[in-house]
Amino acid sequence: MTIQKTLKAALLGASLAVIAATGASAKTLVYCSEGSPEGFDPALYTSGTTFDASSKPVYNRLVEFKRGTTEVLPGLAESWDVSEDGLEYTFHLRKGVKFHTTGFFTPTREFNADDVLFSFERQLKKDNPWHEYTQGAAWEYFDSMSMPSLIKEIVKVDDYTVKFVLNRPEAPMIANLAMDFASIFSAEYAAQLDAAGKKEMLNQEPVGTGPFSFVGYQKDAVIRYQAFADYWGGKQPIDNLIFAITTDAAVRLQKLKAGECNVMPYPAPADIADIKADSNLTMMEQQGLNVGYLAYNTKQAPFDKPEVRKALNHAINKQAILDAVFQGSGQAAKNPIPPTMWSYNDAIEDDAFDLDLAKKMLEEAGVKDLSMKIWAMPVQRPYNPNARRMAEVMQADFAKIGVTVEIVSYEWGEYLNRSKAEDRDGAVLLGWTGDNGDPDNFLGVLLGCDGVGGSNRAQWCNKDFEDLIQKAKVVSDKAERTKLYEEAQVVFKKEAPWATIAHSVVFMPMSSKVSGYVMDPLGGHWFDGVDIAE
Amino acid sequence: MAASSYPGYGMLRFLLSRIGLLIPTFFGVTLVAFSFIRLLPGDPLELLAGERGIDPARKAELMAKMGFDKPQWQQYMDYLVNVLHGDLGTSFASKKPVLTEFLTLFPATAELAFCAIIIAVCLGIPAGIFAAVKRGSVSDQAIMGTALVGYSMPIFWWGLLLIILFSGILQWTPVSGRISLMYFFPQVTGFMLIDSLLSGQKGAFTSALSHLILPSIVLATIPLAVIARQTRSAMLEVLGEDYVRTARAKGLPPRRVIGLHALRNALIPVITTIGLQVGVLLAGAILTETIFSWPGIGKWLVDSISRRDYFVVQGGLLLIAAIIMIVNLIVDLLYGLVNPRIRHT
Repeated sequence: MTIQKTLKAALLGASLAVIAATGASAKTLVYCSEGSPEGFDPALYTSGTTFDASSKPVYNRLVEFKRGTTEVLPGLAESWDVSEDGLEYTFHLRKGVKFHTTGFFTPTREFNADDVLFSFERQLKKDNPWHEYTQGAAWEYFDSMSMPSLIKEIVKVDDYTVKFVLNRPEAPMIANLAMDFASIFSAEYAAQLDAAGKKEMLNQEPVGTGPFSFVGYQKDAVIRYQAFADYWGGKQPIDNLIFAITTDAAVRLQKLKAGECNVMPYPAPADIADIKADSNLTMMEQQGLNVGYLAYNTKQAPFDKPEVRKALNHAINKQAILDAVFQGSGQAAKNPIPPTMWSYNDAIEDDAFDLDLAKKMLEEAGVKDLSMKIWAMPVQRPYNPNARRMAEVMQADFAKIGVTVEIVSYEWGEYLNRSKAEDRDGAVLLGWTGDNGDPDNFLGVLLGCDGVGGSNRAQWCNKDFEDLIQKAKVVSDKAERTKLYEEAQVVFKKEAPWATIAHSVVFMPMSSKVSGYVMDPLGGHWFDGVDIAE
Repeated sequence: MAASSYPGYGMLRFLLSRIGLLIPTFFGVTLVAFSFIRLLPGDPLELLAGERGIDPARKAELMAKMGFDKPQWQQYMDYLVNVLHGDLGTSFASKKPVLTEFLTLFPATAELAFCAIIIAVCLGIPAGIFAAVKRGSVSDQAIMGTALVGYSMPIFWWGLLLIILFSGILQWTPVSGRISLMYFFPQVTGFMLIDSLLSGQKGAFTSALSHLILPSIVLATIPLAVIARQTRSAMLEVLGEDYVRTARAKGLPPRRVIGLHALRNALIPVITTIGLQVGVLLAGAILTETIFSWPGIGKWLVDSISRRDYFVVQGGLLLIAAIIMIVNLIVDLLYGLVNPRIRHT
């Protein structure tokens, strides 16, 4: 045990020496991250904080999102073919890709089909020896993207060709494979851990093919990475990447100002003006790939009538909500998908804020003295920084058209659970952040008939809408899909199962010495291609 | 000759009775820790899944795998049996044993708490003595007034204020963390001051020390105020005693009267107060660690509560309670040593 410890310390020392040897000229970028990663196996988790620390710096996927967009590019697969029936995806793997050499692992071979099989089969097959390699291993994202029912089998055609056989055609499949859970692990490293009886280390000391190799993690304090010299995409401009975990937003800003870190996420809304005024700092901003909404229960009277829902939508003052709740970090939403997503239908006109019209429409629908509940989430989310406040703004405006609102709330887990019920009383404030940039990830998940009693909080199942999104899911031509989704948004607007409220704007302050940072519409934080001036 | 007159017998009986009291306390803590986290609505899987949701069948399968489908009393019994075997369970988030996580993080909290108590004692006792000696003077009122302010200080606000002033505007101290990121060495003891010395890297110790200053001051604020007030009142009581007046009448210099005769007796209640501050320090560490990004057990526990990481909350509370119980036992014993009347009653 002592020998092992000494050896480990020596190895750590050696890797430090490597860092030290790069000497004064070594470029280090410090990122003040907002929290601690739960572990380093992205397939086990769902939080962005964990993905930022694991899948993004350390791993690659078969396909990758083009930085700053939701467009999918080749990654560890150089190209792929889709069979005519949409059931077979054949990936041609990149050759000459190396895995990281670290203090705890030295690869003897390059990346090949075995690594792809290992990475997916451990999630797919219940009898795979890695399916439960840590206590309580749950493949959350793999499951929630319906992969177990979608993938029939994964076949190794040869060392550099892998075929995914599906049970049904699924157009978003390629986008799904660019997600964090689809990160490619080293099967050789896994075998080494298995032989040493230390499987759980796969979640603690990651080895991938990504731009940065993992050096060490001091729990809740610091994560260190080193640029991978043999990265297939070329060595990074910086030599070391450090995550300094700093949970409080005000403290993160102080650290950024003091030069203790170079980039920080999630500034407090109140600090945004101050940061913009600081000449040593640069503030990047981007629309988030999210939507905040109010979902009526379309199965309950009088909300089963589209006219009633539409009337209430006319009584929501989105500008007042943006001012009071988002404090400038949001934009009004007219569609259920954000404007940065392909197929966004900009021709749609939003329901104007018009209390007289709203009142008239309610009268015409025969609704008098309506009292309703509005559910306000107890937590802050990117798409809704303060649900209670939002509900209060709505309550005040609804009162003006004779609608009495009672605001209710539950603990977050309870809230998510109870709001699924089909006989739920009232309209629910909730939202969604996109996973893979595919419109189906919003329209299908949140408004499809399958989601009734689950993720479809409006309990809305409309035949016209459903036909359009089901068709769009199996067609692989993007232009045709775009047309179908645009039409679906027209149906949505007419039927008004939700009041679409807002899309957030995400801010990213950094030192003006930092260059090459690109904001990710999916909310991740990537440091490949980033440089820092000395 | 009665047994009780054997030297050391009284002390042994005192020790045994104190340890005997720890056993029911220990079981009480396990029960409280076990039930409190379960009384909170929401469960770890639902929270992990978030808006995405989790298939009810899959959830039931995972809950069963973790033993959460059993009746509560049975879960508690299983937990108790495991604890008695030294197994505190595994973190749901990190998938690591709770004890391993605790031992990794505890040195950071211990180091911070230790520095804070040193500051509180070294400043609090002299301030209390001074205020007592100058009773009623402007200095007395100033010291007691400051102590009251310190005692009522909202820790989060105070910490942030110090950061903005000393780290932001004056740039005397680093903002947060335990050591400058340029130093990187293996953790031997987990105590950064010791590890930085062991590393032999130039400047590492100074860096670790400079990172400790602000969080220690913030954490020391409340105990410092309490100790100063306690010392003052204990001193005032003792200064009115006959033997002090006699010492004064004998013509002993005031420094000797206060330092030798009065202080020694006044310290007895102060020691108890210091012992009680350990609990206050561990509670204060939760906020202090959050502000200063200090990787200790306070922050770890708060994160675990919000994640409903049952085993971490149960195990963490149990370990903290054990530490507080042990410290209080030591204080009781010290007290018994200092004051023989206690151990015979």
